[in-house]
Order: sequence, then C-alpha cells, then structure tokens
Amino acid sequence: MLLQTAVSAASQVHPLSGTIAEWVWLLPILPLAGFVINGLLSLAGARFGPTDPTAAGDHHSGAAADAPASAHLEHGAEGEDQHAVKRHRWSGVVSVVGPGVLILSFLLALGIWQAMASAQPAAAFIQSYFSWMPVGDLRIDAAFQLDQLSMVMILVITGVGALIHVFSVGYMRDDPSYPRYFSYLNLFVFFMLVLVLGANYPVLFVGWEGVGLCSYLLIGFWFNEKANADAGKKAFIVNRIGDFGLLVAMFMLFANIGVLDFAGVSAKAVDLGAGSALVTTICLFMFLGCTGKSAQIPLYIWLPDAMAGPTPVSALIHAATMVTAGVYLIARSSFLFSLSPVASLTVAVVGAVTAIFAATIGLKQWDIKKVLGYSTISQLWYMFVGVGVGAYVSGMFHLVTHAFFKALLFLGSGSVIHAMHTAYHQTHSAEDAQDMRNMGGLKRYLPVTCVLMWIATLAISGIPPFSGFFSKDEILGSVFARAQGSTLASATWLGIPGSTLLYIIYAIGLAAAFLTAVYMTRMMLYTFHGPTRTGTEEEKALHEAPWIMTGPLVVLGILAVFGGWLNLPEVVTDIIPLGPRELLAHWLDPVVGEATTRITAGAAQAPAVTEQMLIGAAVVIAVAGIVLAMARLKPDRLPRKRDAVPEHGFEGVVAHKYYVDEGIERTIVEPTYAVSRSFLWRVIDNGLIDGFFVNGSAALARGFGWVGSRLQTGNVGVYAWFLVVGVLVMLGAFTLR
Amino acid sequence: MLAESLALTAALFIIGVIGVLIHRNAIIIFMCVELMLTAVNLTFVAFSRFYGTAGQVFVVFVMTVSAAEAAVGLAIIIAIFRHRQTINLKDINLLKG
Repeated sequence: MLLQTAVSAASQVHPLSGTIAEWVWLLPILPLAGFVINGLLSLAGARFGPTDPTAAGDHHSGAAADAPASAHLEHGAEGEDQHAVKRHRWSGVVSVVGPGVLILSFLLALGIWQAMASAQPAAAFIQSYFSWMPVGDLRIDAAFQLDQLSMVMILVITGVGALIHVFSVGYMRDDPSYPRYFSYLNLFVFFMLVLVLGANYPVLFVGWEGVGLCSYLLIGFWFNEKANADAGKKAFIVNRIGDFGLLVAMFMLFANIGVLDFAGVSAKAVDLGAGSALVTTICLFMFLGCTGKSAQIPLYIWLPDAMAGPTPVSALIHAATMVTAGVYLIARSSFLFSLSPVASLTVAVVGAVTAIFAATIGLKQWDIKKVLGYSTISQLWYMFVGVGVGAYVSGMFHLVTHAFFKALLFLGSGSVIHAMHTAYHQTHSAEDAQDMRNMGGLKRYLPVTCVLMWIATLAISGIPPFSGFFSKDEILGSVFARAQGSTLASATWLGIPGSTLLYIIYAIGLAAAFLTAVYMTRMMLYTFHGPTRTGTEEEKALHEAPWIMTGPLVVLGILAVFGGWLNLPEVVTDIIPLGPRELLAHWLDPVVGEATTRITAGAAQAPAVTEQMLIGAAVVIAVAGIVLAMARLKPDRLPRKRDAVPEHGFEGVVAHKYYVDEGIERTIVEPTYAVSRSFLWRVIDNGLIDGFFVNGSAALARGFGWVGSRLQTGNVGVYAWFLVVGVLVMLGAFTLR
Repeated sequence: MLAESLALTAALFIIGVIGVLIHRNAIIIFMCVELMLTAVNLTFVAFSRFYGTAGQVFVVFVMTVSAAEAAVGLAIIIAIFRHRQTINLKDINLLKG
C-alpha cells in the first residue's frame, strides 16, 4: 500500500499532494493496529488470564438481572468488596493502546486539517491504493477521498472517539473482557473512518457493513445475558434491511451510469435527469439504507434496544458517530438528492414523523439510557430534515454539535450508572441502577456530572448560546426559508404541495423541540434533583467518578457550549459580534455548495426580521418546555421503581412505545416463525431438501445398486448371455447405422 | 472362394457360441470355446491366402495362447471338481450378488 503511487483525480498536482495529507491511510490503520493488539491480548488473556470471565458473569447475573447494560460494572466496585474480580492481566497495556491509537489518529487528523485549511483545495484529494474490483468496464479502486466533508467527519470521529475511549478506561477497566472491549471499539473506529474516507460507494459500503458488525459485537458485549445478545441480533438484522436498500441503489447507479466513485457519479448524475423517476428511486433506496443505519422510521426499532451495550458504546456508536452515517451518506450524495425534490421531501417527512414519534416515547421512559436513545432518534431527524431540505451544511453542523452534547449526555449517564451500580453492589441490592425512579438527588453526590449534563441538556433543548441552539435553529430556519421559491416548494409529495409540507415540517420541528426540552428536563429533574430514592444504605456509597471519566466529560462540556461557534449565523453576528460567521458553511462549500444552490435556486433570502422572529419563537418554545417540565413534574412525589404503578390510557400506550415492538412481533416476527416452522422447516427442509434431495438421492443409488446386484447371478452362463447379447447389439448398431 | 471359407468359419463360430450358451457342463463349454478359437483361426488362414501371410502368424499366436489357456482352464475345472464334486456350472454361483 505504501509503495503505490498516489493518483490525484482532479489534476496531476493537487494542492494537498506532498503534504501531510498523503498520510491519510494511517488514519484508519492506527485503530486497526489497536484492534489487532487488543484482540491478541484478549485471546492471550482468554487462554492464560487469571480470571474466568464466564464464571464471573454467572456469579453476578442474578443480582443484575434488571440492569443488563451494566451487569458487569459491579466489578468496578473498589475497596474491600470480597467479590471484586482481579483486573485483566493485560489491562495496563490495553489502557494505553486502546485510547492511544485514537489520540494519535486525532493528532494526525488535526495535522491534515491544518494542511487542508491552508491549501483550501477546491476538489477532493483522492488517494488510490490498489485496484480492488476491475470487472469489465467497472473499475473500483481501494481509494480514499479527502475533502472538507470527510474532514469534518474525521475530526468528529477521532476527536469525540478519543474522548470516549479515555472515558472507557475508567468505565470498563474492571471488566474481565476489557481487551476484547477495546479491540471492538478500535475496530469500530477503523470501519467508521473507512466509511467516511471511501472514495466510492463500495468502499463506503465496506465501512458501512463494518460499523454494523462492530455495533452488533458491542451491543451484545455482555452476551452472557440473552437480552443483550438478542438486542445485538435485532440491530444486525434490522440494519441488513437497510443495507439491502443501499446495495440496490448502488446496483441501479452502476446499471444506469456505470460508475460508482463519488467524483464520477457527481459528474454524471445530471444524466439521470433532474426529478426523474429513476433518480428518485435511487435516492429512496439509498434513504432506506440511511433509515436502517440512522434509526429512522420504519427501521428505528433497533436503537433503543442497542442501549444494552456498555454506555460508552452508546455514546460513541449509537449517538455520536455510526448513527450519523446516514446523514453523512445523504450529504455525500447531495449531487443525487438535490436532483430529486420528491426524495428530499421524503427524507424530511420521514425525519419529522420519526422525531415526533420518538420524542413522545422519550417522555415516558424510565431507563435513563432509553430516554437518551429515543432522544437520539429524535435528534437525528434534525440532521435528516437539514440534509433533506438541501441545507447540507446545517445538517452536518447539527451532526457535529449533536456529537458533542449527546456524547456528553451518554457519558454523563454512564457516570451516573457507574455510581449507582457501585452503590447497589456494595449493599448487594438487586435494584435497577439505570431506572430514574431509583435515582433522584444525585447532584449532591455527582456535582460535576450534574453541571455538565445540565449544559448538555440546555444545548440539546436549543437554549442560546449553547451549541444546539445554533445548529437546531439553522435547520428550522432553512426549512422555513425553503418553503418559498426552492425546487422543493414547487414539487408535490403524494399530492401535497411541497411548500405546505415544509411549513408542516417546520411546525413539527417546533413541537419536537418543545418535547425535547420537556423530556430532557424531566430526565435531569428525576436524576439529579429532589430526594434521593436510591436507599439509605446505598447513599453512603454514591460518589463522583474518577478523573479519567470526568476529564472527557469536561472537554465535551466545553465543546457543547462553544460548538455553535463553528457556524455562527449571520443574523446573530449582525446583532452580537460573537466571532466569524458561517465558518462551516464556507468550509463545506466546495463539496455541497453546488447541490445547495440547485435546491435553493430562486429562493429569496428571508428578511432578517423574519429570521429573528423564527429564532425568538424557537427559543421561547424551548424555554417553555423547560419551564413546563419544572412546574409540572414533582420529583419529590415520585415512587421508587418497586412501588411504581403502571400507566394507563394514552400514557400507557406511550410508555409501551406505541406497542410498535409488540406489533412487529405479531405481524412480522411471529408469522415469520410460523411460516419457518410449518412450511420452511417441515415442508422445504424436512420434505424437499432432506426428504427428496438427500434421502432421495440415497434411495436412488440404493435402487440402482439393487438392480445391479440382481444382475450378478454368479452363473457364468448368464454372463455369457449378456456378453453375446451385448456384442450382437453393438454389431447391429454399427451395421444398421 | 473366400466367401465360402468365411461362411464355414462363421458357422463354426456360431455353433461354438450356441454351445457355450446352452450347455451346463464346464468341459463341453470349454470345448465350445476351443471351437470358437478354431473358427477364428480358420478365418485368419482364409484371409491370409488372399491378403498376405500375417494371418498365419496370428494363428500361431492364437494356438499358443489357447494351448496355455487349455492347460489353465482344465486345471481349474479339475480343482473345482475336487472341491465340489461337480462341474455343472449351474451349481457354481459363489459370486452371486
């Protein structure tokens, strides 16, 4: 790979060639090396390690039945606990290698970013390493593409990823399978970087599948409990449905324009015909892939269950990076989506429906991680609406800020769960360490986590000047602006004029923002405020996490506050000169500028007054949500989990997630099982394959054998007859021919 | 001339074949096989009269082989008779499948 000559696509001399950007291949190779080292240590530990992970898991599984995600956290109990398991013998090495490779990768990414910022390349920097699939006219290289869009993703992945890796050291150090955990996590980062660096759809697809695999491995990390293993399987199977869509989109692209690399597709996309049924179909299939990976309706069902994995995994994979791959794919394919207003509107509509759906479910969840899981689904909609209405910059902007504050929220919840688990472990209690009804008043014991999570809550609710405010507001503003004069507004979607639809989406967006503020405040109130419901004995054991966990939280907190500075809107900088405006928009302009212009063609810039009113409305709604939640919710009167009564009526329906899982169980899973059992198993497998083909061929051979054995009479006379008759037949055949 | 010779040898050969097919006694079958060989030898001789002497060389070969075969074959028949007290081929079917 090293010896291959770099081929620059746009011109022979690309501004980035000869700079540190040549080392882009090292970005994914570093985590891959970490994967290999940690994986080998894990294997070595499994053979020679001091502890038997299975035995340790079984020992505690009874006590932790209600808290699958942190079933093994109790090994984190320090001090005099007699059940404390010895750390993995290689845990010291793993603690250095695992986060180390990520930090190195991040530093390299910073260097490349520096080079790119000074070179300001107009075209993508493409490095081709070897020819991967030369088939007929199709030539697919194992090639990496470095442009402003992938740069943003790389910085988020390696930066937030490194912080989460460091957090993981504190969170997972006492797990018997510590090296295995880090090998999976490193492998995930490797595939995620391949996904964002790939210069064509097949390479992207390799990363796409790879992150799915790592997601599966990490959700089912504590596979000793069936629920966790099932959650992993669910995520994997649901994602396969989406991947099918992405594959079909790739096949259609190849069948119609014959190329699959981004530069080629981008150049030939117009040949497909703007607004044609073909390009719409391709985009919709591609979007099916995105709904799977990014947990949108109809394929969102795996994400809440994915919270069964360790909490840092939820932060990294199921909040900050992997689930945003769909947004990245649409932004990357902006040259396709901008050609199809119908597909773009579909993206926005599906996102909006998902948002309101997930946000209402989030209102009634008690598991702290489930709240955050539904919140992620609901937040992804902003990104999808952003890229759906052609505001690719805003979508990516929200992706970045969301990575900051949602990673902070998840890691904060990890800190809470860590404390809760340690406390319950000390008293050998079987209570649920993730249920908010067992928390309350934690701000006294976890002051740092509490403050940081409040910052993240304000950011996600869209309170200025936190990062979420800018990104969220920009998306809502784009939706509003696109409703007049853009290609989307003049298109119709299922008979509804695009303009009307965009106003509806805008209204849904405000509603979702309101709900977000409510459920996030609810989570914070029940977790950190009011009386402590943990239990008198356990209260003594509650304590703040070690610095290796709070450190990354603080960094993320700073980012969550100041992330908005990446792309300050003009309307804000005009009033308050906070800093340079629209940095990200300028940065991404070479990649998505053309597609954005194609959609906004003719759309008049909304007057500043309108924009200010829109911002005002958004802020008022967010504040209203927080105030309402504070006024209505009474953490003082909340019963503990074991005293709780089930909700009734509509609340019950929401608490049961609209019975979607049950519905899918009835309509898809059970019929599938029934058909499999009664038809596929008994008829096809037992009847046709076993009965006809396997046993049938055996019977056929036996039958021929029986006939042959009848011929062997042992009587020479009979053989002589055969001989003579045979000779006569041969002679006759030759004579009469 | 050739036609008559070939007709004779064909007749002899067919007699031999029929003998092999319908008889049960190993000695008689053996003799019928010898008859077939002789018929073939006659054919060679008849052809050699018209097409050169190569046929007569073959005849010598065939007679040599049939002499050897007769020795082995008779030895086998004697061995079978000693063992089973019969040379009726109907009773000898050890290889029945």
